[in-house]
Amino acid sequence: MTQTIPQVADYIRILPELVLAFFGLVVMVLDPLLDDEGSRKTLGGIALLGALCGLGASLWMAQSPGLAFWNMVRVDSFSVFFHVLITAIVAVVILTSYEYMAVQRIRAGEYYGLILFGAVGMTLMSSAVELVLIFIALEISSISSYVLAGFRRREASSSESSLKYFLLGSFATAFFLYGVALMFGATGSTNITAISQALQAKGVPRLAYVAVALMFVGLGFKVASAPFHVWTPDVYEGAPAPIVALMSTGSKAAAFAVLLRVMFEINTPGRFWLIWVSAALSMTLGNLSALVQDNVKRLLAYSSIAHAGYLLVAFAAQPGPGISAAMFYTASYAAMNVGAFAVVSHFAGAEERYVTLADYAGLGRRSPLLAATLTIFLLSLIGIPITGGFFAKFYVFSAALKSGLVWLTLIGLLNSAIGAYYYLRIIVMMYMREPKGEITVRRIPASLGVALALSVLATLYLGVLPGRVLDFALRSATQLMQPHRAAITPAPTPPVGTM
Amino acid sequence: MTLANLNSLILTLVTFIPLAGALLLVLCPRRDRDIRILALVVTLLTFAVSLHLPAHFHRSQGGFQFEVSRQWITTPNIHYHMAVDGVSLWLVVLTTFLTPLCVLISWKSIDSRVKEFFILLLVLETALIGVFTSLDLFLFYFFWEATLIPMALLIGMYGHGRKVYAAVKFFLYTMIASVFMLAAILWLYAKTGSFDFTTLQSAISHGQVAGFLSAAPWLFLAFFIAFAVKVPLFPFHTWLPDAHVEAPTAGSVMLAGVLLKMGTYGMLRFNLGLFPEQARRNAPWIITLALVGIVYGALVALVQPNMKKLIAYSSISHLGFVVLGIFSFTQVGLDGAVFVMLAHGVSTGALFMLAGILYQRRHTYEIKDFGGLATPMPRYAAFFLFIVLASAGLPLLNGFVGEFLVLSGAFQARALYGIVAATGIIWSAGYLLWLYQRTFFGKITHQENQALPDLSGFETAALLPAAAAALLMGVAPLLWLNMIDPAVHTALLPFSDVLSKVAGQ
Repeated sequence: MTQTIPQVADYIRILPELVLAFFGLVVMVLDPLLDDEGSRKTLGGIALLGALCGLGASLWMAQSPGLAFWNMVRVDSFSVFFHVLITAIVAVVILTSYEYMAVQRIRAGEYYGLILFGAVGMTLMSSAVELVLIFIALEISSISSYVLAGFRRREASSSESSLKYFLLGSFATAFFLYGVALMFGATGSTNITAISQALQAKGVPRLAYVAVALMFVGLGFKVASAPFHVWTPDVYEGAPAPIVALMSTGSKAAAFAVLLRVMFEINTPGRFWLIWVSAALSMTLGNLSALVQDNVKRLLAYSSIAHAGYLLVAFAAQPGPGISAAMFYTASYAAMNVGAFAVVSHFAGAEERYVTLADYAGLGRRSPLLAATLTIFLLSLIGIPITGGFFAKFYVFSAALKSGLVWLTLIGLLNSAIGAYYYLRIIVMMYMREPKGEITVRRIPASLGVALALSVLATLYLGVLPGRVLDFALRSATQLMQPHRAAITPAPTPPVGTM
Repeated sequence: MTLANLNSLILTLVTFIPLAGALLLVLCPRRDRDIRILALVVTLLTFAVSLHLPAHFHRSQGGFQFEVSRQWITTPNIHYHMAVDGVSLWLVVLTTFLTPLCVLISWKSIDSRVKEFFILLLVLETALIGVFTSLDLFLFYFFWEATLIPMALLIGMYGHGRKVYAAVKFFLYTMIASVFMLAAILWLYAKTGSFDFTTLQSAISHGQVAGFLSAAPWLFLAFFIAFAVKVPLFPFHTWLPDAHVEAPTAGSVMLAGVLLKMGTYGMLRFNLGLFPEQARRNAPWIITLALVGIVYGALVALVQPNMKKLIAYSSISHLGFVVLGIFSFTQVGLDGAVFVMLAHGVSTGALFMLAGILYQRRHTYEIKDFGGLATPMPRYAAFFLFIVLASAGLPLLNGFVGEFLVLSGAFQARALYGIVAATGIIWSAGYLLWLYQRTFFGKITHQENQALPDLSGFETAALLPAAAAALLMGVAPLLWLNMIDPAVHTALLPFSDVLSKVAGQ
């Protein structure tokens, strides 16, 4: 603690959070000033501006890497990566919400405010290197998503979704906090670097294993990995579709960022089997359950569980390829899933009436453009070449094979073949079945068009030229491993028999 | 542009002209006639450009030509590496030859969602050509998977009957099987840091791949299963009849004509090229499966009441010959195998077009619904007879040359193989001629058949090139074989080592 007063540089290193919070406040202040019955599109515009400014601030923040606020926040390529990713997701989600809110007749400005506040939490999660601050950031993002999940106030399912998410979520974060406390007990610190050094220097006390397991429970809940996934389908089904897009990509990305820091930067003891089992379970349970879903939102919920599983495979691999593969995966998953939910939220119509698989019959005729974009996202979710989803899986599995995880790779590859079936069901519905009933698909409004175009471009960009993003991820991975690399090399920890 | 420039560019052109055409179609307004004409122009252009390959190929060389290799992605180390040898060259030309015929045969029969149909067909063409030209395993896998979507959509959107079932079955079968290949490719990459076929080949043959010996049986199997499902080798064939029967005519033509050859090509290039030792060890049971496929396919074809199913099962039988030829590891056998691939592509493609022409008029494939068709449709009957004879292996037509070579290769390898396989030829004459008799001879039993119109201009235009090719391939097989032969010779080099080692002991 050399300094007592925060410097300007400290504020620059949390500039994105400050910007997002500022715009969130502006939205909250302006909301009561607007006419009750009036449209809330202005607020949406302000929120969008906020997200874009946050994106700009994240890029600017990259100029001044380093620690801030008494070693609580660290700006490195890793955190910049997630800042950019999360603010971009938020911008696209806001674009999607624009039309959605009007169709659902929800006139509440705080919706946009909450999205921005949630984004503050998510971005902070990716740059915090102090477990208590991570916990606070986690709570900021969680609380706003609890509220957002219940925004379809007229629907019982939405309230159910919100309540379920809240109860289980607070339970899970309590686990995380418990883990933090135990970790403090085991190492005498809550700072990630200090913990890592303490574990290196003094050996691993038994308490640390328990702490890691508890923290994993909390984070496993957030990323919806089995066996902590049970909430996912119900919550996703009830919550507004754009919010599901945000939860399944933004919150997940943030939680994965934390998980990466905790697992790799601390070089967590005994993580291997914990992750192995969770990854295998998530992939298998997620895919098998998705096979029998008739509701597209539920189907995508189970698919997101499966994808959390694929992602966790990277965590079981060696740090170098593992971290970069996981980062690439979060980015491409974000692109395709935000896009898929954007289509779902547009097609669902008022009161989200059209969300079953049968409703998608003949969409290829009703709205060729909407069907074609959804097809691209679904193909990417399957992992077909020239889409981001392909390289995401590719990097993850080759990282796993490099680390000798042949069985986990085989489980993963077989799972992705099973997964192909249920994504294909949607494509089959859209193109090979005749349209039934009178469903009028509204014209795609400009805001949604932009959102879809961005998602498609990102999905294809990552699928055709993944090089730049991957290089950046690799650089971040080496930076992430840097602080204690010196400490690791002389004394490699022997694999401990526990777990 | 100099010839050298063009030579390095030509494969890229051939591969991506159809894709560019597809993009053009996307922008084209929905006027069906214009779309058809544009598709025809694009496919003919592709064919014309692809003829550059045989024209400028150095016949005596066995290695790869028209090579282009650029770094595509640095991590992982993926190259845009394309080249052809005497085998893949002809498969490319086969693809570009059949696609315009598919456009012609679909001219009238596809009348709704025309734009999407031709877009899918052109995308499929690009993917297929890519499969045959890629020398980077990653690029290969990429195109391999990319063929699935347009094909499945063609079956599912434009097929008939249980089309969705057939499309999904086709997709899942081949997708699940190719997962194993992906795992093997990833394993090779993890150990060598390269996807390049030639690099991998030399690394493996020099024993520079760590842990290869223990993994090789699994790697071989992983590749093999992906290809065996595609061929399809007995007992992985069950998707094929369904896919064929429900597919639209053009889909069947592409499926039988080219897609199945992806499997046999893959065996030749990768199973033999990368794992010669394993290929030799596994040959006995693979040949057994091929023989079972030859006989089983022929017997099932014999009792099919459905014309299209009959042709589908005959494909299983013919492709059995290809597999037999490949795993005989003899020069003649492999020459024959490659020749059968090409001949089968032309003649079975034509048979499916002929079946489709009847379906177009009568909306049925049941053989018993026809009979005596020679009277109302004389020209059609003539074409049908010609193709049937070609397919049954009449000398001077294309089927004969390949099967003869395969059989002599099989006899060289082991007499029993040849004897069993030879019965397949007898069976094939049986089911094909019987099919012809039931369809065309005798009295007209159904009134609807009385006034069936004979071939239209488009249909003749689609059939004539195929018939001409069947004749040319039968009369002058050397045009093909003298390019295939050196390539096959190169492919067999590792085996001559093995064989001479065995002989030396």
